[in-house]
Amino acid sequence: MDNSILEMRGITKEFPGVKALNNVSFKVARGEIHCLVGENGAGKSTLMKVLSGVYPHGSYSGDILFDGQVQHFKGIADSERVGIAIIYQELALVPDMPVFENIFLGNENRKGWLINWNETIRRASAMLDKVGLKVNPATLVRDLSVGKQQLIEIAKALSRDVKLLILDEPTAALNEIESDNLLELLRGLRNQGVTCILISHKLKEVMAVADKVTVLRDGQTIVTLDATKGELTEGVMIKHMVGREIENIYPPRAHTPRNEIVLQVDHWTAHDPALGRDVVKDAHFKVRKGEIVGFAGLMGSGRTELAHSIFGNPDGYRLQGELTVKGEKRALSQPEQAIKAGIAYVSEDRKGDGLILIQDVKQNISIANLRELAARGVLNANAEIKVANEYKGSMNIKTPSVEQKVGNLSGGNQQKVSLAKWLFVKPNVLILDEPTRGIDVGAKFEIYSLMSKLVQQGMSIILISSELPEVLGMSDRVYVVAAGRIAGELPISEATQERVMQLATN
Amino acid sequence: MFLQNLQKQLRQNIREYGMYIALFVIMAIFAATTEGIFVSPRNLSNLIDQTGYIAVLAVGMTLVIVIRHIDLSVGFLAGFLGAISAIMLVQWGLPTFLVVPLVMGLGVIAGLITALPVAALKIPSFVASLAGMLIYRGLLLLVTEKTGTIIIPDETFNALGNGFIPDLPHFLPVGEKTHLLTLLLGFVAIVLFVLSQINDRKQKQAYNFEVLPTNLFVLKLAFVALLIGGVSMVLAAWSGISWTLVIVLVVVAVYYFITTQTVLGRHIYAVGGNPEAAELSGINVKRIIFVVFGSMGMLSALAGILFTARLRSATTTAGTLFELDAIAAAYIGGVSAAGGVGKVIGSIIGALVMLSLTSGMNLMGIGIAYQYVVRGLVLVAAVIFDVTTRNRGR
Repeated sequence: MDNSILEMRGITKEFPGVKALNNVSFKVARGEIHCLVGENGAGKSTLMKVLSGVYPHGSYSGDILFDGQVQHFKGIADSERVGIAIIYQELALVPDMPVFENIFLGNENRKGWLINWNETIRRASAMLDKVGLKVNPATLVRDLSVGKQQLIEIAKALSRDVKLLILDEPTAALNEIESDNLLELLRGLRNQGVTCILISHKLKEVMAVADKVTVLRDGQTIVTLDATKGELTEGVMIKHMVGREIENIYPPRAHTPRNEIVLQVDHWTAHDPALGRDVVKDAHFKVRKGEIVGFAGLMGSGRTELAHSIFGNPDGYRLQGELTVKGEKRALSQPEQAIKAGIAYVSEDRKGDGLILIQDVKQNISIANLRELAARGVLNANAEIKVANEYKGSMNIKTPSVEQKVGNLSGGNQQKVSLAKWLFVKPNVLILDEPTRGIDVGAKFEIYSLMSKLVQQGMSIILISSELPEVLGMSDRVYVVAAGRIAGELPISEATQERVMQLATN
Repeated sequence: MFLQNLQKQLRQNIREYGMYIALFVIMAIFAATTEGIFVSPRNLSNLIDQTGYIAVLAVGMTLVIVIRHIDLSVGFLAGFLGAISAIMLVQWGLPTFLVVPLVMGLGVIAGLITALPVAALKIPSFVASLAGMLIYRGLLLLVTEKTGTIIIPDETFNALGNGFIPDLPHFLPVGEKTHLLTLLLGFVAIVLFVLSQINDRKQKQAYNFEVLPTNLFVLKLAFVALLIGGVSMVLAAWSGISWTLVIVLVVVAVYYFITTQTVLGRHIYAVGGNPEAAELSGINVKRIIFVVFGSMGMLSALAGILFTARLRSATTTAGTLFELDAIAAAYIGGVSAAGGVGKVIGSIIGALVMLSLTSGMNLMGIGIAYQYVVRGLVLVAAVIFDVTTRNRGR
């Protein structure tokens, strides 16, 4: 007998008009960390949904063998019963419940009809020890960072005697230190016999933890690479993912920043009354015409808050300091005014506050600049469709039509719609907050090329990103943000990963 | 090919056509069970006048629910403002043409007051408007306490709820009782509809956009023309178009235009679809809340005027449960509680469905107890149909 805990054979899953999975075979050995990589839309998530029973038996063809048994999962409950747990990118915790209740939610420690709270808290503490998280089990989940919440999800899975743990992009929202801790935890779990499937876009971390890597592309298994045999390199993975070689993912620097300063911020402090503290403290920075300025820093360091406070302050911070746009001092108290002043902000959370998922592509593209499509308040619907189609073509947005709901598009294409919406505003300063989070290599490259083109045309870009290689690969100058302060400014020639991390963690 | 096209269009737009089909089926059932009395010109004319004030409220409520709020105060606000208009007419002796705009202005102010805690302090609109409901109920009792029911002798005002538009002189040898102006207006409406559709199609073709195949387009025009023609002939056979119908049509036309053709309409639906994204897109969400609640208040005033005029009096209990009828009409018409989805026309159809049920069951002599149960079941069925067809569309 072979040593597989899971074998998926010839899985084919069709949606109306699309073959999402085409005869996929996938084998995971007991006690290994198996990474699943591929571009967005390659079929990773669909494959995991087939495995976990989200798509029930009968809605796909092919066989699933788990622990040597053919399985017919009719729902998530069935796959959980045999010991499969999935942790999605969007965490499934109840924010207003304490940690211990969350860990045993749906799996309560019963005493007859009642819940045994003492036993629950005792076992929850044991689980927290297991994942190396030092928090009081009575803490509300709302009060924990995303990284810690992720660990609670893992503790929740472990409390159910999980045999196969599946993590979908677990580090997408984590900073480097939290990511490292998480990967270390996965190695520890492997040593305790938990098998793990990790879906990730971050090839560095795949390199760091994977025993095996399976690459999916266009709904098919391309290759399975074995790290122990030395088959694993980033270049090989990228080649299989995109089906072509990408030598340099960042476009060559073809622009030179001008001397004219388009945006300047002095003594800038933002106080959040809800948190009762300053989220931005005494910040100074400037942005030149035709320049890409990178803002590096850890998650929660205040970069997004800084961007919001400049972009018309939608969160209602109490602001102090001076904001100068194109040589004029401005007080922008509404995003509406910021847009009029020539500033655009592409949100880090495209599903949360970036796009209107239930509306279609054209409505999302036009929403921030409807006045250009209207005469005396009345819209020209045909002109709107025309504009949307122009962006669909020029930005290579993959959608059957501009009347498709944005919620039905893949992450990379949603991000392009989000960008198109703000380009249609024709801003002088474009703030990009995590523009490539959770999107695939091909779409990333397209966005980088677009940024390069825009600065050549004289636009200025503020690039906020947690991916250091991206900040270093694209920016002309880098500001490092730490704990709400600008901890340092580095010209690109002096900016190295080590130097930035040093400033960010000080 | 023709049938395939037709099938495709029906399948794609089943949600939109569903309501019309439901209304048609309900009407057909009642026509059969009442031996045709339900579809008699007299009853249909009556039905439209009864639907009027709920339809007006449902239009405003559609926008309120679209921006993820609710307004429970509209019923008693309508009752209270109806009483105020009666007082203005009877005790102050003001003429109708002053009373109507004054009362509608008061309605706007009432709506803005409801919106104030919702927009400025983020108080849930359920609570804010529940408070409004209690307050307006109290105010209604207060102003009618001394007099009890206020009888309105002003026939101009009462015509808003009972009267019909005047007729042309009968110079043609058609039936004595046929209302000529109604027929003429029906004809004009058909011509305008056909011309605007042809114009729209031409524009779309100029931009190279997809349009309906010619045969389906003609079928659609013929169907709508028959519908308008049929309704005007039925109305012409009774007393013609009522003033209530004129008011409802104007309200629907204005709101249909605002929601589908204007920047304001798009902003309202954006706020409903994702308030945070709307705010970050430069939309003033607070302003939208004020606009939508202000419009709701204005329409509540109008509904109060229609109802008071129809009864020719203001009573101490006017407006009871109107808000729930309006909310039910909006949901039957396909408005989504999750926000961002819902059409003005749908809510009008929803109101017609609700009132058809009442009217039809009354004619059949079904007891009021059963009527409530049936209306509840229809509401649930409509929402289930809406939710299931929506998920299938993905």
